[in-house]
Amino acid sequence: MAMDRRKSIQTMILGAGASALAFHGCKTEDKTLNEELITAEDNNYFGRTPEELERIEKLNAEQLFNEHEMETIAVLSTVILPPKEPHGGPIEADVPEFIEFIGKDMPDMQTTLLGGLMWMDHKSTTEFGAEFKLATLEQQKQICDQICFHDPETPLDKQPLEIQFFALMRDLVVTGYYTSKVGIADLGYVGNQANVWDGVPQEVLDRHGVAYDPEWIAKCIDQSTRNTVATWDEKGNLLT
Amino acid sequence: MSQKLLFMQIKESSEVFDVIIVGSGAGGGMATKQLADAGLNVAVLEAGPFFDPADPKTMTQMKQPYDSPRRGAGTDRVFGEWDMAYGGWELEGEPYTQTEGTDFWWYRSRMLGGRTNHWGRISLRFGPKDFKGKTRDGYGDDWPIGYDDVKPYYDKVDKLIGVFGTNEGLEDDPDGFFLPPPKPRLHELFYIDGAKKSGIPVIPGRLSMLTKRINNERGVCFYCGQCARSCQVYADFSSGSCLIFPAQKNGGKVKLFVNAMVREVTTDENGKATGVSYINKEDRKEYKLKGKVVVLAASACSTARIMLNSKSKSHPNGLGNSSDLVGKYLHDSTGASAAGFIPGLMNRDTSYNEDGVGGMHVYSPWWGDNKNLDFPRGYHIEVWGGLGQPNYGFGFNTNAFNEFFGLSVGGYGDSLRDDVKKYYGATIGFGGRGEGLARKENYCEIDPTKVDQFGIPVLKFNYRWSDLEVKQAKHMQDTFEELIHNMGGHQIWGGKPGKDSNYGLEAPGKIIHEVGTTRMGDDPKTSVTNKFNQLHDVDNVFVVDAGVFVSQADKNCTWTIMALAWRASDYIIEQLKQQNI
Repeated sequence: MAMDRRKSIQTMILGAGASALAFHGCKTEDKTLNEELITAEDNNYFGRTPEELERIEKLNAEQLFNEHEMETIAVLSTVILPPKEPHGGPIEADVPEFIEFIGKDMPDMQTTLLGGLMWMDHKSTTEFGAEFKLATLEQQKQICDQICFHDPETPLDKQPLEIQFFALMRDLVVTGYYTSKVGIADLGYVGNQANVWDGVPQEVLDRHGVAYDPEWIAKCIDQSTRNTVATWDEKGNLLT
Repeated sequence: MSQKLLFMQIKESSEVFDVIIVGSGAGGGMATKQLADAGLNVAVLEAGPFFDPADPKTMTQMKQPYDSPRRGAGTDRVFGEWDMAYGGWELEGEPYTQTEGTDFWWYRSRMLGGRTNHWGRISLRFGPKDFKGKTRDGYGDDWPIGYDDVKPYYDKVDKLIGVFGTNEGLEDDPDGFFLPPPKPRLHELFYIDGAKKSGIPVIPGRLSMLTKRINNERGVCFYCGQCARSCQVYADFSSGSCLIFPAQKNGGKVKLFVNAMVREVTTDENGKATGVSYINKEDRKEYKLKGKVVVLAASACSTARIMLNSKSKSHPNGLGNSSDLVGKYLHDSTGASAAGFIPGLMNRDTSYNEDGVGGMHVYSPWWGDNKNLDFPRGYHIEVWGGLGQPNYGFGFNTNAFNEFFGLSVGGYGDSLRDDVKKYYGATIGFGGRGEGLARKENYCEIDPTKVDQFGIPVLKFNYRWSDLEVKQAKHMQDTFEELIHNMGGHQIWGGKPGKDSNYGLEAPGKIIHEVGTTRMGDDPKTSVTNKFNQLHDVDNVFVVDAGVFVSQADKNCTWTIMALAWRASDYIIEQLKQQNI
């Protein structure tokens, strides 16, 4: 039984790597809305300077979490944010890999993360006789329920470690998921692509009870003229 | 569009340039464009590397958060890893110091184009009153020039660079040659309504992005909202893409020296400038460059540093410093911020692209009457919000807003997903950016006990806000509270800051509008340059960065830097023609 669950965790992590590869292998978004937009996008780069790239490579060569800890992070992150069709969950979003990297990138987090993971196992072993990752989902939730709320009036760094740990993990899981390809799809964010902004759709205005002032709109860009070179009279009135 | 072919790196030169320009940001870029267009042989020295926003290798525009293992976090770049500034508050090997008990933050960007690659592009003219501070309310000094002297250059800058906005006929927010602005976004409509209730004016933003073509060389905005990443089609203003490259393409004689850190201006026995000496960062050796005219545009504080370090027999107190005012009157804009959670903006339809331009489509110019207030000068309000691209930090403390509905904060499970979507885009933020007063007691000087990694003595800062800036920040916070209330919202970020935190007034330097260190004036005893940005002491040295400002305004400084740099360039051309310099 325990063996099976361990195996499925490993498959889960392996699966995460495989899906990440699949994403990187198929960049098919069409970003050629504007004829003037250079699509010289080379995905081997993400705008890093040589020094910044070197630092990333150095961090990638280091290891923060051991195999057991990575598995625990994978299990805990899916308890925090359960996967949901059609956009998956933390594993599909490479959240464990993201947490491994960010823990190295921001070393201030390391003690909270490493210590918190140990706390989770200690608690789980004491109460249920099994490491957190091998406990049942019900048991895992029982542990999380004790540390997932805190008094917002008290600063987090004045709270017990396990509460700090859970809050940090929740932040990293949510941010890791929603900055991934599947998470962005789940959120429905449709920006970061060339387009022509021409105002908020009428049904959205209606839904929120606001309206455009016709006088204001009259001053705004008529997008059908965006490619016409601007000229003015001597008073600054736009002619074309 | 890559400019690589035009880029040269020369380590030593016997050539005598007509003009040597130190710095490639707004002022240096404008001087390069005007002087090269006039046929002069120009050398431009930049302390950082070459940068072209169109180069795919350095481009961050249109990247996805998941293109990076840190998902956009700001570990390497303080404003996030997509921000297009090679710099920060601290540069490795280039420290600065502070007088105890004072605080100044110095943001430097080392790259071709400098800080123009990532700035907010808020492009505001100073108004008539802004040039006459002392006449207006007794504080500070008047400029030796007025709005009418600068207006023709503002007009030319508008047309050359491109800026959207509207002619509103406001006395101190003058009209110009604007491109039409983009329509407001949803949160901006909430802001307009909220401000109306308090009688605070709101007008379309004035930012230098091209909502329309201004020529056939630069592209038109495609609304990705990422101007801080510098635009690959040159639809936003950056000094490299809009001034220096066009000067080169126009056939201008422009030699770029990159990774060239200027140590000092060299002078002859008569005290006249002969050129500059600089450290080539690649071989860490010092070189000299000869020029007939030297134009300093290294940024207010870096220019002051170069001048103070340029000591010689003729200039024992540093170049152009017979007044002992180089470094004095350093001042930044005031800044305070607040944010509100607006329930009316909850549960948003995300099916449309709301990125817009990388900045505010609407803003509030200063509306107050200082006669009824306990501080002089004003501030404008910048507005942010909307359905932005998720990056590192998105969804932190996901359901903190639950407290406003009496619900528990925290938890986990499927509800987190719902909470993220419920609250996405329901926050509005305000930045008040105001005029801090110029004071002689606020200054930078050379710290003789420290050098940077190039052996150049570093700057030591001495800056304190006065009560007047604190009172202005209090007014900002009272205004923000009222605006949030008007929008039916709740103040977040721990509530309204009070007296104990100076009402959230940012430390000096934090707004990155530092000016005033080499101020202009008619009297050589009370100013460093004359009204044409020319040193009183050395007639072939000019300052074309914000050092020459006599006073800030409740406006950002870049448009005025460029107008004055253009005006100074015309003067240089004229003076060379007349063989006066």
